[in-house]
Amino acid sequence: MSGLRILVPVKRVIDYAVKPRVNRAQTAVETTGVKHSMNPFDELSIEEAVRLRERKTQPVEEILAFTAGPIKSQDMLRTAMAIGADRGIHVFVDDKSPELEPLGVAKLLKKVVEENKNNLVILGKQSIDDDAGQTGQMLAGLLNWPQATQASKVEIKNGSVEVTKEVDGGVETVRAKLPMVITTDLRLNEPRFATLPNIMRAKKKPLEKKTLKDYGLDVEPRLKTLKVTEPPPRKGGVKVEDVDGMIGKLKELGAL
Amino acid sequence: MFSVARKSVLRQARTQLRLSQPVTVPHYSALSRLLSTLAVLEQKDGMLSSSSLVAVSAGTKLGGSITAFVAGSGAKSVAGEAAKVKGIEKIVYVENGSYDKGLPENYAPLLVENIKKGGYTHILAGHSAFGKNVMPRVAALLDSQMISDITGIESEDTFVRPIYAGNAILTVQSSDSTKLITVRGTAFPAPEVEGGSAAVEEGTDPKVESPTEWLSEDLAKSDRPDLGSADRVVSGGRGLKSKKEFDRLMPPLADALGAAIGASRAAVDSGFADNSLQVGQTGKNVAPQLYLCAGISGAIQHLAGMKDSKVIAAINKDPDAPIFQVADVGLVGDLFEKVPELTEKLKAQ
Repeated sequence: MSGLRILVPVKRVIDYAVKPRVNRAQTAVETTGVKHSMNPFDELSIEEAVRLRERKTQPVEEILAFTAGPIKSQDMLRTAMAIGADRGIHVFVDDKSPELEPLGVAKLLKKVVEENKNNLVILGKQSIDDDAGQTGQMLAGLLNWPQATQASKVEIKNGSVEVTKEVDGGVETVRAKLPMVITTDLRLNEPRFATLPNIMRAKKKPLEKKTLKDYGLDVEPRLKTLKVTEPPPRKGGVKVEDVDGMIGKLKELGAL
Repeated sequence: MFSVARKSVLRQARTQLRLSQPVTVPHYSALSRLLSTLAVLEQKDGMLSSSSLVAVSAGTKLGGSITAFVAGSGAKSVAGEAAKVKGIEKIVYVENGSYDKGLPENYAPLLVENIKKGGYTHILAGHSAFGKNVMPRVAALLDSQMISDITGIESEDTFVRPIYAGNAILTVQSSDSTKLITVRGTAFPAPEVEGGSAAVEEGTDPKVESPTEWLSEDLAKSDRPDLGSADRVVSGGRGLKSKKEFDRLMPPLADALGAAIGASRAAVDSGFADNSLQVGQTGKNVAPQLYLCAGISGAIQHLAGMKDSKVIAAINKDPDAPIFQVADVGLVGDLFEKVPELTEKLKAQ
């Protein structure tokens, strides 16, 4: 088994600490003027790729960061490169055109994998905007590769990959041979901060700009957004003075 | 509301049939495909996982016939058990130990074969670790854009699901001829598990070898109710300060209430509680009758997993903690004092 050629797809999303607001027309969540950052799970993916290189149990030939989205998504690639990706590919998707769905992204990634001869794809387990949690599994399906989702530990030796996965009620461990698709869970690692020298260095790393046309793909959305609404607000509750008050109130509400 | 939808459903189904199967005879009226759902059930060690029955509940809401699917060693007896569940017309089982661990590499082709054979319009599974792992792979193989974690069904092609950690509710309409969907367990009532009499039938087994090998598992053992489906949940956060305090204060409170134990991400990350107890956007979604939490501030991420609880009670020493904005009953105080007192008083009742 030769070296690892890792692909790390990243997504630009509304920052996790921002409370999203639904727009007045109820067609989408307001994104203009809102702080965006890299999807937190994708930070874990890029960190894990860099750690695989540092661990040296299997040589890493290349770490390729990929994103699809508006121009500003390129910032995510620069961040990924500051953390340790060697180069980036940005597929431009107009702000005004409908956002790619997981299936479309998976088809796009399949092309990218084939073009760049990647043998390991590390993705976040879900993006915190659409919360779909599908892209990695779909990509593995399209490539007919093994998959390990919600990874909390990854070990690669001689082309054999052992992944501990977060499942309902605990963890399970699976093993497969490369090539493979892995999706990251929160407990996989703690992403490092990009240092200033690395951020400067990242500006010189190659960033290839492409369009959807370059890949000749039909990524027309299959789902039509009919509306986006605010969740029903909870009625303001009461504060009680002491434990007896709490028990009394819970009884009144029928919870005890 | 469904009768109107039905007609358009039929029209759509016919159109799609015409489009996707040009080889078939032109008088399409004979080909009209009615709504038919495949509910993917989970089994573990030959036992039906009751939480996966949410796929049946959601199927009932859709209307149309429901076929259930189960695979693994002992699938036939699980099918016999599931046959009593109300609403299921038929159960397709595949008896083969290779499917015991729900590995997506062989389970997805298995589902694809059986979906194609049965011609189902809707494939439903619970939004569990299994559903999340396997269903998107199946969707990709069928070239369908899956819909994750639905909380509502508006019509046969229109579904409601939370996005942005539950801070927005999205209603989407699918144009795919086969709709793959995972269902939020807490959003639909469990079906009746007695009184049904489904036919049991053997399914197709493509016997695809899985390139992935299942090695081991480490599941937290507990006599307490399952977190995802418990009527009552007590949950602890960073305010508990240590694993020792978490273990000292939370289990007795849970026992006094007959509740499951949950935790915030902060508590899990600090090692106070096991990962599998995490409630929130990236952990479990719960919607119990009572959610009682202590030492949890109420970050967006946490609220995403519990704000559909019927009654929320919170103990926190910070009167400005966001948790108090969603709590029905709030007590400002030191949890190290209040939790033991609450436990004692509940026990005395």
